[in-house]
Amino acid sequence: MAKPRSDDLERRGAKLRKMTEEELDSYFWELADKIAEPLVDLARTHTSPSIERSVLLRMGFNSLQAKEIVMRIADLGLLGKGAGNIVLRGSQETGSSIIEAGEEMIDGKHWDTVEHLFKGGKRDASR
Amino acid sequence: MPLDKKVKISIKAILENLDEYRPKRKGWTWRRSLPKGTGVGYFSYDQISEPIKNSVPLPAAHYFNGIDPQPDCVITSEIASGRFEDDIRRMRMAAWHGADHIMVIRTLGQSHIDGLIEGTPEGIGGIPITRKQLRASRKALDLIEEEVGRPINFHSYVSGIAGPEIAVLFAEEGVNGAHQDPQYNVLYRGINPIRSFVDAAVAKKIMASSEMLQIDGAHNANASAKRAWKVMPELLVQHAINCAYSVKVGMKKESIALSTVPPVSAPAPEFKMNFIYALTLRELFKGYKFRAQMNTRYIESDLMDATRIHVLDTLVSRLTSADVQSTITPDEGRNVPWHVNSVKGVETAKHTLIALDGIKDLLKVDYDQARPEIRELKMRAILFMEEMLEVGGYFEAAEDAFFVDNGCYPERSGDGIARPKNGGIGAHTVIPRDPDYMAPVCDHFGINALPDGLEKPCELIDGCTFHNADKIQFIDEFDETDCVSKRLDPVLEDRSANALQPEVEWAGDAWIQLDMTIPDNEEYAEAAAIEIARRLNLEEPSVLSKTVLHPSEGVYLELKARLPFKLDRDTLQLPEKPHLVEEDEIFDFFEKNPLNVVAGTVGNDEHSVGIREILDVKHGGIEKYGVKYAYLGTSVQPEKFIDAAIETNARVVLISTIVTHNDVHVANMKKIHELAIEKGVREGLLLIAGGTQITSDLAVSAGMDAGFGRGTQGIHVASYLVRTLGRRNT
Repeated sequence: MAKPRSDDLERRGAKLRKMTEEELDSYFWELADKIAEPLVDLARTHTSPSIERSVLLRMGFNSLQAKEIVMRIADLGLLGKGAGNIVLRGSQETGSSIIEAGEEMIDGKHWDTVEHLFKGGKRDASR
Repeated sequence: MPLDKKVKISIKAILENLDEYRPKRKGWTWRRSLPKGTGVGYFSYDQISEPIKNSVPLPAAHYFNGIDPQPDCVITSEIASGRFEDDIRRMRMAAWHGADHIMVIRTLGQSHIDGLIEGTPEGIGGIPITRKQLRASRKALDLIEEEVGRPINFHSYVSGIAGPEIAVLFAEEGVNGAHQDPQYNVLYRGINPIRSFVDAAVAKKIMASSEMLQIDGAHNANASAKRAWKVMPELLVQHAINCAYSVKVGMKKESIALSTVPPVSAPAPEFKMNFIYALTLRELFKGYKFRAQMNTRYIESDLMDATRIHVLDTLVSRLTSADVQSTITPDEGRNVPWHVNSVKGVETAKHTLIALDGIKDLLKVDYDQARPEIRELKMRAILFMEEMLEVGGYFEAAEDAFFVDNGCYPERSGDGIARPKNGGIGAHTVIPRDPDYMAPVCDHFGINALPDGLEKPCELIDGCTFHNADKIQFIDEFDETDCVSKRLDPVLEDRSANALQPEVEWAGDAWIQLDMTIPDNEEYAEAAAIEIARRLNLEEPSVLSKTVLHPSEGVYLELKARLPFKLDRDTLQLPEKPHLVEEDEIFDFFEKNPLNVVAGTVGNDEHSVGIREILDVKHGGIEKYGVKYAYLGTSVQPEKFIDAAIETNARVVLISTIVTHNDVHVANMKKIHELAIEKGVREGLLLIAGGTQITSDLAVSAGMDAGFGRGTQGIHVASYLVRTLGRRNT
C-alpha cells in the first residue's frame, strides 16, 4: 500500500524542468506506451471465458448456448485451444453443421472425439 | 411507418417483427459543420452544423423567427429510467431538443454478470442491456432520427466481466458508441485486473471493427475522489493508459474519446483550475477526441446550482474544444432523473454552445501565465507513470493503491483504492492461449493459428455474424413475468380508455412535483410541506430539495408526491383557441371602418415592449392593418386613457399591464372601466387589457371587454376588433 507522502514535486521533478514542452509531451507518451505494452502482450497471448463466448456468438450461437459450451470446454481444460476451434473441429469430424455440432455438444455428445482431437488432456485452468 | 409528431411512438409497433430487424447503419456519425459565417435568420454563426427538420428551439427563439441553430459538436443525453419502453419516449424528447448521442445507462449490477442477459427485465437506475432491448431501442432511434433529420448515435457500456460478448452484441445491433476502459472495471467494479485488460483488448478490437466511438472511464476518478481537484495528474495518467492500450490493439485515435470533466466547482475558484486542466489535456492528447462531461462530483439537489455548474463546464468546452458535449440531468443530485430534466440538460448545453458561438476567435490564452501550471500538471503525471514503472507496472501500481488517492501526485494521502492483481471478481479465469489456439471469426484480437490462405477468418465457418447477420439468433423473452409486455398492458389499457396521469419517468407513474416557501425554520418547513401535500390528498410525499432563505424567515422546498387519481381525457375542457380573421378581411374592414385607438402602459408600469409589438407595423401590430393609434406612453394614469379616448374620438382603449404587485393590474382595469362609466362613454368604448399575467377571464371580470396574455400578436387583437366592431356595426 502506498503510504502518505507530502508533495515532493520540487525534488522529483527537478530533472524534468529542463525539458522543452515537446520533450515533456513525448516523454509522457513514452511512459504510457511502456505501461501499456506488457498489458497488450498479455492480452495477445491469453484468453478468458468471456472472450471464448464472444467467439461462439460471432459463429452464430446464442448467449445460452455459448455459456454452456464454454463451461464444458473449460471443465475439460481445453479453453486454451479456443472454443470456436473445438466446435469447428467437432463439426468437421461429425459432419454436422456448426450450430448442430454445438447443440449436440451441449447435449453431452462428441466430447470423446474432442478430447481425442486435442490431446492436451486435463490442464490447470487457473494461472 | 414514419413517425407522426402528433402521435406517440408505438412501442407495440416497435416490438413487432423485432427478430427480423437489422440496424440501418453502423459506426459513429459526427455532425456536419457548416462554414464560418453561415447565416441563420438575422444572425451569422461560426460553430454550427447542418440544421434539422423537426425540433423544439430554445425558449426565446420566437423572437427570432423560431430559428434553432445546431451547435457543431454532438450533444449527449444520458437516459436511465430502468424501462426501455419509457427510455425510448425520452430519447424522442431529447432528440427534438438537439441530442444526437443517446447514452443508455445499464442496470445496477450488470457489470458483475458473467455473460449476456436476454429479454426485457426491468432495471434499477438503468436498463439490463439485452439484445431485445438494444434492438428495440435502435429500431426506435432509426425512426426518431428520420423524424428529426439527423443521425442519432446510440451508446452504452462495454464494461464489466462480459466485455467481449457485449462488444459483439453492440457491433451486431448497431450500437454506435460505448464506454470501454479496463481501469473502470478494476477500480470501481472490483473486477480482476488481469481479466479486465485481457478482455478489453478483444472488446476494443471488435468495437474498432464496427467504427464505434470509444469513451474512456477516467472521469470516474474525479467523481469518486473525496478531494476531486487533487486527482488531476492521475486523470491524465488514466486517459493515457487507456489511449495507449486502445491504439496498440488497433483502434484509430479518432475513434477514441477522452471522457473529460472539469474537476471542480464553486465555491472553489473553479474556472482557472478547470481551464488549466482542460488546456493541459488538449495539449497532451492531440489527435484524440474529447467528450466533455459535466461535473457530477459536486452536483447537489439544487437544480439551479446544477445548471450553473453545467453552463460553466460548457464554457470550458467552448474555450478549448469538445467533440461531444455530454449532459447530465440537473436532477442527478437527487437521484431522480426525469424526462423534463434530461431535456433541460440538453437545452442548457445547446443554449451555452450557441451563446458562445465564435467566442474563441475573440480571445487568446495568455500562455505566459498558464504555461507554468500546465507544465506542472504534465510533470506530476509523468512522475506518476515513472513510479508505476518503478514498482513493476500497472498491476503492481493498482495493487499498491496508486489510484484515486486524494493527494495531488506526488503528494499521497495513502487512501487510494487497492486492487490485488490476483483478486477481485473473475480472478484466475484467464488462461494462456495454446500455440494451436484458433478462433474462426473476424476481428479477433491476439494470436490465432488460422490456416494459411484465408481471405478472412470466417471463411472457415461460412461467415461470422459480422458478415452474415442472418446467423444472429434472437432470443425474445426469458422471464415472462418480468418483461415489457407485462409492463405495457396497463399502460395501453389506460391509453385506450383515454385516461391521463402525470409522469416523470414511466408511463403512469403519477409523480408530480410541487414547490412552496414556508416561513419557518428548516425542520418546521419540511414538516409543514409534507403535511400540506398530505392534506392535498397526495401520496408518498417527500422533499427533493431545500433552499434556506434565512434560518428563521423561510425555506423554499421542492417536493414530489403521487397523484391518487387519473383524469378522463375526454371530459377535459380546452380553452377556446383564438379565432383569427383572414388578413385580407382585416385590411378590408379597417379600410371601410377607419379606427382610432389610444394605447399605453397603465399606472406605474414602464414595460412597453409588449404593447409596442401589438401596435407597431414593424412587429406585425395592428397599425399594419390601417388602424390609427395614439400611443400615450408608459405609466399612464387611468384618467388619461379615458380623456384621450374622448379627445381623439377613439373607440378602443388598449392598456398594457405587466406589474401585478398587490393586484394593481386588477385595480387599474377596474378603475378605467369605472371612469368610463362615470364619464358616460363606457358603452361606446372597447376596453382591452394585455400583459403576461392577463387572461381574458381575468380582464372581463375586472370590467374590460377582453384581455390578451403571453404570446399575443397583433393579428389576434386585430381579429378580435374586426369581429366585435363588426357585430356592433350591424
